[in-house]
Amino acid sequence: MKELFQLFASFARIGALTFGGGYAMLPMLQKEVVEKHKWATEEELMDYYAIGQCTPGVIAVNTATFVGQSQRGTLGAVFATAGIVFPSFVIISLIATVLTNFSHIPEVKYAFAGIRVCVCVLILNAVIKLFKKSVPDVVAGIIFAVVLLASVIFDVSPILIVPIAAVIGIGVQLWRCKQK
Amino acid sequence: MIFLQLFWEFFKTGLFAVGGGMATVPFLYDMGERMGWFTDAQLADMIAVADSTPGPIGVNMATYVGYTSVSEALNSTLMGVFGALVATFSLVLPSVIVVLIVAKVLKAFKDNFYVKSAFYGLRPASTGLITAAGCTVAAIALLNIDLFKETGKFLDVLNIPALILAAVLIVLTNVKGIKKLHPVVFIAFSAIVGIVFKFGA
Repeated sequence: MKELFQLFASFARIGALTFGGGYAMLPMLQKEVVEKHKWATEEELMDYYAIGQCTPGVIAVNTATFVGQSQRGTLGAVFATAGIVFPSFVIISLIATVLTNFSHIPEVKYAFAGIRVCVCVLILNAVIKLFKKSVPDVVAGIIFAVVLLASVIFDVSPILIVPIAAVIGIGVQLWRCKQK
Repeated sequence: MIFLQLFWEFFKTGLFAVGGGMATVPFLYDMGERMGWFTDAQLADMIAVADSTPGPIGVNMATYVGYTSVSEALNSTLMGVFGALVATFSLVLPSVIVVLIVAKVLKAFKDNFYVKSAFYGLRPASTGLITAAGCTVAAIALLNIDLFKETGKFLDVLNIPALILAAVLIVLTNVKGIKKLHPVVFIAFSAIVGIVFKFGA
């Protein structure tokens, strides 16, 4: 019971402190899930992200469901998911009922322009950490570079990129097995 | 009746919007037009709020749209909050079911050669996608692309105050002792800097 509540509380904290959607959540996830509670390794976190990209729904929710499931099965998944959703629910309900012109307040705009700069730096730090673990050799480095270019320059959808990367991974490892 | 409709509409959105929160946006425009629950202008405001409050954008949108639709249709704040609850639950339900199934299958085949090899390709791809998302945020936060298009002067493309803040943050987040702080500390610091120096004004 205590661990279920911890899952709820941890993901509620992540939900309340994430600004700017799923990717911005990564630094918070690394802090809470990997460093603090050790519910997953960096590599597992990345796997959840990759799968969260090509399964339906919000990536943050998919990741919460995954981590909850891995710790305490279906019930854990429910608690973690409820946790990540809870702060949004409370905050948006408050804004919708009380602060209807929230996003037009100048100070709110200035604050978010500042926060966006911080989100960039946090993502940069998260990526450096992930890069060290996810790119063990030259082939993985090429996959990384091609995906980055395809996504930034040609705007290729992750739904296409993720399955292709999985197939290439299998192809490369099969070929390596044959070489031995 | 409206709750059942809300459940069905958001369940479909949750099931078919693949690729994160912003993928729900086209579904919501379609929903507004078909069901008449909210106008395009209202939706644009809701997107702005969802984008500038904490939490996953897709969940924020569902909560907001659920509230607006029901509170306007039934003219009741309390029912609106209940509508927010129904919309959020319905959006999340299909992805929870799918992820639970995927997680169980993956657990069973964790040591399988093909699954392991697939992850060998997926991990660098995932890092690449996250880097790409970071680049998109960086273009908005650190550059003045619109201003540059207007004036054509190269120096105008650089958002100097933002770049200075970014440089300070890069140093702070890598200094021993400070870098172990919770990320929210840096976010709060940046919000204050943003307000004091009127970022984006």
